[in-house]
Amino acid sequence: VTWVNVVVQGLLLGGLYALFATGLSLMFGVMRLVNLAHGDLSILAAFLALVIVDAVPVNPLWTLLVVAPLMGAVGYLLQRGLLNFTLRGTDPLPPVLVTFGLSIILQNLLLELFSADSQGLDAGRIENASVRLSDRLAVGWFPLLTLVVAVGVLVGLQLLLRRTRLGRAFRATSDDPEAARLVGLDHRHVFAMATAIALATVAVAGIFLGVRTTFAPSIGPTRLIFAFEAVIIGGLGSIWGTLAGGLVLGVAQTLGAQLSPGWGVLAGHLVFLAVLAFRPTGLLGRTVPA
Amino acid sequence: MTQPEQAAVAPPRVQRATLPSRVGLVGGLAVVAVLALGPLWALDSVLRTLISVFTLLALAQMWNLLAGYAGLVSIGQQAYVGLGAYGLVFLADTVGLPLLAAVLVAGVVGTLVAVPTALLAFRLRGGYFAIGTWVIAEVYRLVIANASQLGGGSGLTLRAASAYDRTARLYLTYELALAVGTGAVAGSYLLLRRRLGLALTAIRDGEQSAQSLGVHVYRTKFLVYLVAAFGCSLAGAVIYLHLLRVQPEAAFSVNWTAFMIFIVVIGGVGTIEGPIIGTIVFFVLQETLAGYGAWYLVLLGAVAVLVTVAARRGLWGLVADRTGWSLFPVQRRLEET
Repeated sequence: VTWVNVVVQGLLLGGLYALFATGLSLMFGVMRLVNLAHGDLSILAAFLALVIVDAVPVNPLWTLLVVAPLMGAVGYLLQRGLLNFTLRGTDPLPPVLVTFGLSIILQNLLLELFSADSQGLDAGRIENASVRLSDRLAVGWFPLLTLVVAVGVLVGLQLLLRRTRLGRAFRATSDDPEAARLVGLDHRHVFAMATAIALATVAVAGIFLGVRTTFAPSIGPTRLIFAFEAVIIGGLGSIWGTLAGGLVLGVAQTLGAQLSPGWGVLAGHLVFLAVLAFRPTGLLGRTVPA
Repeated sequence: MTQPEQAAVAPPRVQRATLPSRVGLVGGLAVVAVLALGPLWALDSVLRTLISVFTLLALAQMWNLLAGYAGLVSIGQQAYVGLGAYGLVFLADTVGLPLLAAVLVAGVVGTLVAVPTALLAFRLRGGYFAIGTWVIAEVYRLVIANASQLGGGSGLTLRAASAYDRTARLYLTYELALAVGTGAVAGSYLLLRRRLGLALTAIRDGEQSAQSLGVHVYRTKFLVYLVAAFGCSLAGAVIYLHLLRVQPEAAFSVNWTAFMIFIVVIGGVGTIEGPIIGTIVFFVLQETLAGYGAWYLVLLGAVAVLVTVAARRGLWGLVADRTGWSLFPVQRRLEET
């Protein structure tokens, strides 16, 4: 066993987790909404890509051009048509119940439409191609691409938050929704835009997942849990924390799986619990989410 | 000219029971008595269905106590179903306790595990608390699935049950299920009528103001979490005393909590009547839609979403708003004398 190799593979896996965590983190940051259907929405995106690939023979990565805007539109409508109604008042119950209900609905709809079989997206040669860095260390092009895309998405989000009108609206609404309303921001629209962007990133995550491994309607909740762990390990309200959290989770899982095949996911959970016990603000977290 | 007010108005009396609640109490006791005699009048198949009904009612009532009264929206209560199940099998087969004792001790084991669970999960709030409890339930599932002494991923069979006659075991399980179901309802009711109920109401209306009035917010929530863990562990043990075969995937399935949530939300969250109505509706739906596969979960999910957005207080809320009835009055009403 070369431990360097295990850690490198873990970091690459972590790129995928960071991609999953981005949308969850954004939605919580802007409107304190924890979307329990997050994982199932990513699986929905993967199935949408599958439908397109079955109809038109293109590389599944190209379907992103359609699926990401489509999921963004779904996000906008979902937020304006449903989720906004759960955010009136301070009761924590409605958002949790509604998004959990959505998760169950999506999971079982996908099950009825596509059966419980595992599916995959075939991206061709890039899936197995790798670059050999030394005789013991090889890095797959596709996992590397995933990590690069994750960093790209996070940098893009950071620029959006810091440099654009929309980003300013996000930050203003996050800091003080009342005051934001007073200066003329329509919080319903701002929230819906945040969900739209979050679900576009979820589409990217879902399709990269589908290319990397197989997927089935039932695996959404696991994706939600990994995304959540990455957010908490990294620290609420920190974009680079989300990346760090994803990487730490990926390394923990590959190291655990190296010790015993059944321990991979468990090792990730234990790192999450350790962070919760000893550093509840996360590795790079601030106490107040931005 | 001013009236001396003390003479005109008698001090109000605190009223803690209503006519529907008195009628309901007598009726409820009668129903429980008739159900307790179930083995005398019901077919075995009916008893089996009722075992599921009573245990689900217990689970739902516990989730209601957590989410409806303490504001703790857990998606990890399946942890206690699984721990109760494995506790029962381990205590009965390996330790050699009699079945009844094994069920009770399994409940205690679940409660003990709930202590460190709560210490960790209480660091999270709202939606993140929900996922956090879910992750911790997954940890317990994975630990058990990796423990070869507990049968690993393929699980265990309750061998101690084979010492009992089939019918005797069915009757024992039935009476235990009834006890857990009615115990969950009566226990929640009595608990909420005490000071704890007042403390929870105060917390629900405003955590900081409750704290400033001397309510121990953390301690109160912690206590409710332990009570719910105890109830769910007991119910889990009784469910698997009935099913006999326990596997980590099924015993720790998040579907247990999904069912609790659907029942409570549809029946009416934050009322004791709600979960009772919800359980009945849930079973009727389940039986009616049994042939439609996963569509019934799609429908249940959709109903739960609709109820949450459009009729927050569920079916019982609709009834109570129209009639003003309260079968389990936990509030204190002031009555002019």
